[in-house]
Amino acid sequence: MPNLIALLAWGPNGWGDELAMGAFVTIALSIATLPGGLVAGFFIALAKQSRDPLIRLSAQIYTTLFRSMPDLLTLFVVYYGAQSLFSAFTNATFGVGLNFSPFVAGMIALGVVLASYVSEVFLSALRAIPHGQYEAAHAMGLHRWQTLRLIILPQLIRLALPGLSNLWLGLMKDTALVSAITLNDLLRETQIAVSSTKQPFFFYFVACMIYLAFSLISSVGIHRADAWAARGAHR
Amino acid sequence: MTMVLTATPPRHRRFANVTPTGAIMIGVWVLVLAGILYAFYDSIDSERLTTYGGRILTGFGVTLKLVVVSLFFGAILSLPIAAGRLSKHRLIAGLTFGYTYFFRGTPLIAQIFLIYYGAGQFAPQLKAVGLWLFFRDAFNCAVLSFALNTAAYQAEILAGAIRTVPMGQREAARALGLHAFNELRKVVLPQAFISALRPYGNEVILITKASSIASIITVLDLMGQTRFVFSKTYDLSFYFWAAAFYLVSVEIFSRFVNALERRITRHLHMRQAPH
Repeated sequence: MPNLIALLAWGPNGWGDELAMGAFVTIALSIATLPGGLVAGFFIALAKQSRDPLIRLSAQIYTTLFRSMPDLLTLFVVYYGAQSLFSAFTNATFGVGLNFSPFVAGMIALGVVLASYVSEVFLSALRAIPHGQYEAAHAMGLHRWQTLRLIILPQLIRLALPGLSNLWLGLMKDTALVSAITLNDLLRETQIAVSSTKQPFFFYFVACMIYLAFSLISSVGIHRADAWAARGAHR
Repeated sequence: MTMVLTATPPRHRRFANVTPTGAIMIGVWVLVLAGILYAFYDSIDSERLTTYGGRILTGFGVTLKLVVVSLFFGAILSLPIAAGRLSKHRLIAGLTFGYTYFFRGTPLIAQIFLIYYGAGQFAPQLKAVGLWLFFRDAFNCAVLSFALNTAAYQAEILAGAIRTVPMGQREAARALGLHAFNELRKVVLPQAFISALRPYGNEVILITKASSIASIITVLDLMGQTRFVFSKTYDLSFYFWAAAFYLVSVEIFSRFVNALERRITRHLHMRQAPH
């Protein structure tokens, strides 16, 4: 039985620094995916409330499509399909066939899936805000933009935050799928460590514990965000 | 909201609110769909589909088997875990909380690796107890990890649903002299089932989609066969075929859940005024 703890040492003899690099990539990918997914999801939610039936239908097709496809499949379609389209496009316009990295492919694939879930969260939050709030804002003489910023958004954040928190926790776990397209995230660094040390059980367990630590740390942040968003709601 | 008094009542035409933006958006979707249909047509034409189509169908069968077997064993396993989550015994409640926290807080793909490759490491010990035949097969390892994973989620759904049944319902059942088992069977569970149905439906859909992860440990499910065929042909239309299979199964199932929900909640709608 080799000394398992020594395998986690920093430097050339241990895998501590490799795992830390992988963990960094996992976090970076999650954080890089989040803003695009949130913004796109918000606009898709607005599109679902549009007066135009064709805009509503388009948004509905988007959500149905990306919520029923496995994330792994979306990832492969983006990595192989969108990749060749992008390469052909850059070849035609700039004369150089450019490729995007696994990181960018992961960001796009996770982002479009995230947006479809985010839109559902925002949609139900928008529906939970009573119509009287809009009428009251109107009666007070607020403009559309002012109504959105001062009346709707603060309530929307409070109502959507629990749903969005769950999506964030899910996103961090879903980033593990990008190891399948050879991005050196936490799971892939673990695979590399396993293939060299022949200690799969120990290393995958350590990887699981690192993911668990991430969600534990996130929970603390989420708890604070919840308290901040609800600051006006409890008297 | 502004009210405008008009001489004629407003006309409700179906496309009265159509804007150029909406027309462009739907136009993009039509183009995408046409592109995918063309890819399908192309793969039929080139006889790639007759060569490899059977593999995709076989893969779909494996996916269905994977999902049904995992959900079945997961459901059985979730019962004691849900009971543990509701238990007042601190050790039992703590252990089952730890179980659900681990399986819900870590990626499913890491859990599969832990079980599949981890079992390989303990092959001599597993051989000694006669379990190696089970763990040797990637399909079995996938089923085991999906079942353990979905058991954690299903236990949370079940425990959460039971908690939503008001205490007064249980007290009423006891006042009527029902035994603990009948109280659960006739009062608590029928009501819990209503609030659990939708989360259960979502869990089935999640496992159906997550089953594609089995392809990474060499299970030839729908995703695995599709990856194999793509590596042979570099024909992206096979990914679209796979997507169509997943999409149609998920859509059929979620419609079924909607219909079931309408049926089991029909007594709740009856008190509303008829319209």
